[in-house]
Amino acid sequence: MSAVSDNEVKGLIDEIKDNQEELKQVVREPLVDNNPITLQVLGICSALAVTSQLTTTLTMCIALTSVTAFSSASISLIRNHIPSSIRIIVQMTIIASLVIVVDQILKAFAYEIAKSLSVFVGLIITNCIVMGRAEAYAMKNPPIMSFFDGLGNGLGYSLILIIVAVIRELLGSGSLLGYTILPTVQNGGWYVPNGLLLLPPSAFFIIGLLIWCFRTWKPEQVEQPDFKIMPAHSAEGGH
Amino acid sequence: MASTRQFLDSIKPHFVEGGRLQKLYPIYEMVDTFIYTPGDVTHGTVHVRDIIDLKRTMTYVVVATVFCVLMACYNTGYQANLAMSEAGLGSVENWRRIIMDSLGYSTLNPLSNFIHGLLYFLPVYIVTLAVGGIWEVLFAVVRKHDVNEGFLVTSMLYALILPPTIPLWQVALGISFGVVIGKEVFGGTGKNFLNPALTGRAFLYFAYPAYMSGDSVWVAMDGYSGATPLGVAAAGGMDAVNQGFSWFQSFLGFIPGSMGETSTLACLIGAAFLMLTKVGSYRIIFGVFLGMFFTSTLFNVIGSDTNPMFGMPWHWHLVLGGFAFGMTYMATDPVSASQTNPGRWIYGFLIGVMTVLIRVVNPAYPEGIMLAILFVNIFAQLIDYAVIQVNIRRRAKRYV
Repeated sequence: MSAVSDNEVKGLIDEIKDNQEELKQVVREPLVDNNPITLQVLGICSALAVTSQLTTTLTMCIALTSVTAFSSASISLIRNHIPSSIRIIVQMTIIASLVIVVDQILKAFAYEIAKSLSVFVGLIITNCIVMGRAEAYAMKNPPIMSFFDGLGNGLGYSLILIIVAVIRELLGSGSLLGYTILPTVQNGGWYVPNGLLLLPPSAFFIIGLLIWCFRTWKPEQVEQPDFKIMPAHSAEGGH
Repeated sequence: MASTRQFLDSIKPHFVEGGRLQKLYPIYEMVDTFIYTPGDVTHGTVHVRDIIDLKRTMTYVVVATVFCVLMACYNTGYQANLAMSEAGLGSVENWRRIIMDSLGYSTLNPLSNFIHGLLYFLPVYIVTLAVGGIWEVLFAVVRKHDVNEGFLVTSMLYALILPPTIPLWQVALGISFGVVIGKEVFGGTGKNFLNPALTGRAFLYFAYPAYMSGDSVWVAMDGYSGATPLGVAAAGGMDAVNQGFSWFQSFLGFIPGSMGETSTLACLIGAAFLMLTKVGSYRIIFGVFLGMFFTSTLFNVIGSDTNPMFGMPWHWHLVLGGFAFGMTYMATDPVSASQTNPGRWIYGFLIGVMTVLIRVVNPAYPEGIMLAILFVNIFAQLIDYAVIQVNIRRRAKRYV
């Protein structure tokens, strides 16, 4: 990717100028209207695993957002050269390289957090959002657009994770980012921490409730029912 | 009574379509059908006439718990009075002394035992009814469906399976979770795949383990530490249980535990009532029993040098913990159980097997019936599906 010629750079700049409206659209849409977690229900496993504390969640969000953005951009750059029969392997290689870079950076500069994130940084490789954006968007669109699409989806993921983590850490251990907000009874305060919120399944409940809120707010996200139940007492029932 | 009817009829125009309080119709309907037989008639030509409607089914379950409620009050008070006399205390340190001081705290005085327990059970039950009822009505108003009697059962069962020392705000939180997440998000009564009362209890169990398990929650006295017989067995095996409790005592229910579940006798009377009235399925009840009998005997035969729970015989599994209560009232919940007859046997059997498995093999949880029932609830529909498919295949073969 080092051999980007002047022409290509000019092309990229033109791409931004021409598509400002669309750029806004690709960043904004995944936040609520097409959120990767609440609408597409992707990336759930890391959403369960890393959200018991806000610090780890924020790190994970930054890691995933940057991986999604840069992998989409890189894949989009070479999209016309990837043979379609091996495209998944090529995409995986690019994503894996980026994840390794992120992992190494975390280990170098934030060792404690990297340790508490454990395998979940490595597992960004298999995160459905990253692969999904590469396959669904980056393979068909120019690099800058792909970059912002990856960024938008990463931010959509981050939005949900941060909400979940705030609820879980605040009510589960009475603190935020490690600072005590609600003094717990163990430390002489009044708040009885909710142990369920420290367990990963609680994120299921919270995400489920969030989806409920989102779909009440935006009814167009509600799926069509698979079948309709006939009313037992229909008004026009045969008299 | 006629005046009540007249009053209800006179306010009805406000609640029906076009009335000022149209949105609150479910509340009107709830009060009306609670007091009187509904006036609705079937439309169309095909219908089944049966006196067992939802209202009667649900009320019968509540009726079946009556001995459990009585024992819940009596035993909770008895255990508290017993603990106090052991500690040499003459009075309690909370609001209950206003009433209790006049009755005394002797375990020999049945009235004192009963009232003391009642003062623990009643607040829990009132909070359950109030908070859960608010959720029910809220969903009924917003979703425009009727408030039905299912909640009477849920609230009664939920209150009975809580430890006496539970803080009331936790009671409120648990029933909220049970009603909203366990039932209403799936569409209300008849559409829930988990037992709402157990869902609420499971929430509390994982959220506030210090208030729902351990040694200090089972007897209603501050600072008293006494394990349930199951907890004793998990730690020390049958020898330890035999030192502290007799089988007959456990059968009658004079042991520490969740309020309503200690008395196997009361549960079995309820079970007999449910089976006679065909409200509870005898297939499920016997299935649970057989599953427990089979698995515990299997563990007895295998034996273990390190895990004393292997040696617990089936008749002890029956009387300890919430087994009898879960078997009678929770497993038979017609909504979350399997619907086909062979499916009910399998469903019940699996609950029995899982209960003993969790009790014996899992060191973290001394009691297993709650998790076993919730676990098998999830499989109930799959079991039905398999039963129906087998039947279809069997019948299809005849016509090849």
